Amino acid sequence: MWDYSDKVKEHFFNPKNAGAVVDANATGEVGSISCGDALRLTLKVDDESEVILEAGFQTFGCGSAIASSSVLTEIIKGMTLDEALKVTNQDIADHLEGLPPEKMHCSVMGREALQAAIANYRGEEWKDDHEEGALICKCFAIDAVMIEEMVWANKLRTVEDVTNFTKAGGGCAACHEDIEAILEKVLAEKGEKFDPTAAPVEAPAKIAAVKAPLTNLQRIKKIEEVLESLRPSLMADGGDVELVEVIGNTAYVNMTGACNGCQMAAMTIAGIQQRLMEVMGEFIKVVPASEMKKLVNIEVA
Amino acid sequence: MTDIYLDNNATTKVDPAVVDVMIPYFLEQYGNPSSIHKFADGVARGLKQARQQVQALIGCEHDSEIIFTSCGTESNSTAILSAIKAQPNKKEIITTTVEHPAILSLCDYLEKEGYTIHRMPVDKAGRLNLESYKKLLSDQVAIVSVMWANNETGTIFPVVEMAALANAAGVMFHTDAVQAVGKIPMMLQDTKIDMLSLSGHKLHAPKGIGVLYLRRGTRYRPLLRGGHQERGRRAGTENTASIVGLGKACELALSHIEYENTKVKAMRDRLERGITEQIPHCFVTGDMYNRLPNTTDIAFEYIEGESILMLLNKAGIAASSGSACTSGSLEPSHVMRAMDIPYTAAHGTIRFSFSRYNTMHEVDEVLKVMPGIVATLRKLSPYWEGDGPVANPEQAFAPTYS
Repeated sequence: MWDYSDKVKEHFFNPKNAGAVVDANATGEVGSISCGDALRLTLKVDDESEVILEAGFQTFGCGSAIASSSVLTEIIKGMTLDEALKVTNQDIADHLEGLPPEKMHCSVMGREALQAAIANYRGEEWKDDHEEGALICKCFAIDAVMIEEMVWANKLRTVEDVTNFTKAGGGCAACHEDIEAILEKVLAEKGEKFDPTAAPVEAPAKIAAVKAPLTNLQRIKKIEEVLESLRPSLMADGGDVELVEVIGNTAYVNMTGACNGCQMAAMTIAGIQQRLMEVMGEFIKVVPASEMKKLVNIEVA
Repeated sequence: MTDIYLDNNATTKVDPAVVDVMIPYFLEQYGNPSSIHKFADGVARGLKQARQQVQALIGCEHDSEIIFTSCGTESNSTAILSAIKAQPNKKEIITTTVEHPAILSLCDYLEKEGYTIHRMPVDKAGRLNLESYKKLLSDQVAIVSVMWANNETGTIFPVVEMAALANAAGVMFHTDAVQAVGKIPMMLQDTKIDMLSLSGHKLHAPKGIGVLYLRRGTRYRPLLRGGHQERGRRAGTENTASIVGLGKACELALSHIEYENTKVKAMRDRLERGITEQIPHCFVTGDMYNRLPNTTDIAFEYIEGESILMLLNKAGIAASSGSACTSGSLEPSHVMRAMDIPYTAAHGTIRFSFSRYNTMHEVDEVLKVMPGIVATLRKLSPYWEGDGPVANPEQAFAPTYS
């Protein structure tokens, strides 16, 4: 069974606002082909203030689809339509204390239902702007459609390219065979042949690997350098990382922006740790700064 | 109420009698069966006995036709890869659309390598068309691989008849029988089946032990080369404790085969009847009249399987589902799609699979909670209104799909 958070279970076993709102004046109906899930969101909007007075959901779907629908109705009740439009799928996942990577599309479905309902209220036509494919990279929740598009758009040729542009394959590396299959397919469509030994289109900034042992000062400088090199890919997702403290072989970091509270943060931290160890040639543990105080206290005690 | 386990097609509890015979092979007779000292003294004899116990269950002619492997998947891979290596000029494989991924994924891979894969479709009840099968058999086919019984629906394929047809056409025949062995009687020596895979953990032996039956005289190439174990057909030090455990499990399965087809079947039938009578808009999938005695797969329309499983789990009941969500894949089970079950039902399929450890009392407990679970979820469903589905559900609710 999935590793669902307590919050997901709470909303699944005791869903809030189930059923259609009577006298609804906004309806959004969306489905995610990837799961066969579908959701109808009904809203009662105050015509004067555009405040959402009531929200109800009807969902055909799995545990996390029902939980996402339930928590969405709780989030948006009392918001104006403009405020509600700012709710992201990440907000939905955050309220649920995270979703498994395979289930993130349930939160996307929630956001889309909301957009569709608001468009319906305003007499606009809502069009879905994204297509979802088979999940390839489980570490960073990247699907096949996303990888294919990036391969096309950026003329990618190697697995390393795909990792640099999408992060896919940058974690446990188990999906590299699948990524190669996508490269083979897309390159064949372009009349090219996949060559696993080809040079990457854009070599990532090379940081000279160092030989341990390092002084603490050298270590901190090197860690900063590595974080700097990873920053662009984090910022592409609206996130960032900040080095707070280094004690021995443990680096304490703050994940900021979109990374903060993102359920993928733990995965990202593992990725950072892997990269640090490769460059530094020594064991480095990367720990969220939030856990620092606890550790220091124990030492003091 | 103690928890109720109705997911025996996924895996089974190890029989305590099986555990008992295994323990000495961890603590006393832990020697390598190839060694010549007292720690290995009884091991070779233990393996021989296990081989004979497996032989008795599947009814093959010689105990040397039993090759111990690590699992059903290894047996399947060994069988197919052996057939194509031993007959390099034959570039076609016949299988079905409803095989286990252990066969289908391998065939997808071989397709990329240039092999032609014939995946036979099934009808709405999950049955094959033998006329079209006959047309596919030719001297270009390296091997036919057809499961004996389907893991999701329990539907039994006529493998004995199909093996005879293959044999007459000079084509090797393999069957993935991991769901069938121990549940239905079989006598391989009276058939033309060349290879058969079975898996220990489906019949109350531990996980990590399997068997490839290889008919004497069948051309063969090992998957693992190395030592002389299994007469050089599967190298690697024998998993002695598990082999002995599997032997015991086969002996127990053979002695319970009538129980399986009477008492276990009665439990399955009672559950199935109870559910389909009490709950509207649900139906049994697969071939009702030609099924394993322990399996029922029921599609609950307009609701989704994972949600059902979560509520069942809360009630202490373990089952499984063909819904996409439980696997993390994109589509509902390939078996449901192959039978052309509509999406709104395919996503709501629940498989209950019994073993001799279940009781009638457990069936009654499930029947008590199942209607409530289905009703709860239907209340949340956009396809449902009041006591029934909305009129023309597909039109009444037509979401924008992404």
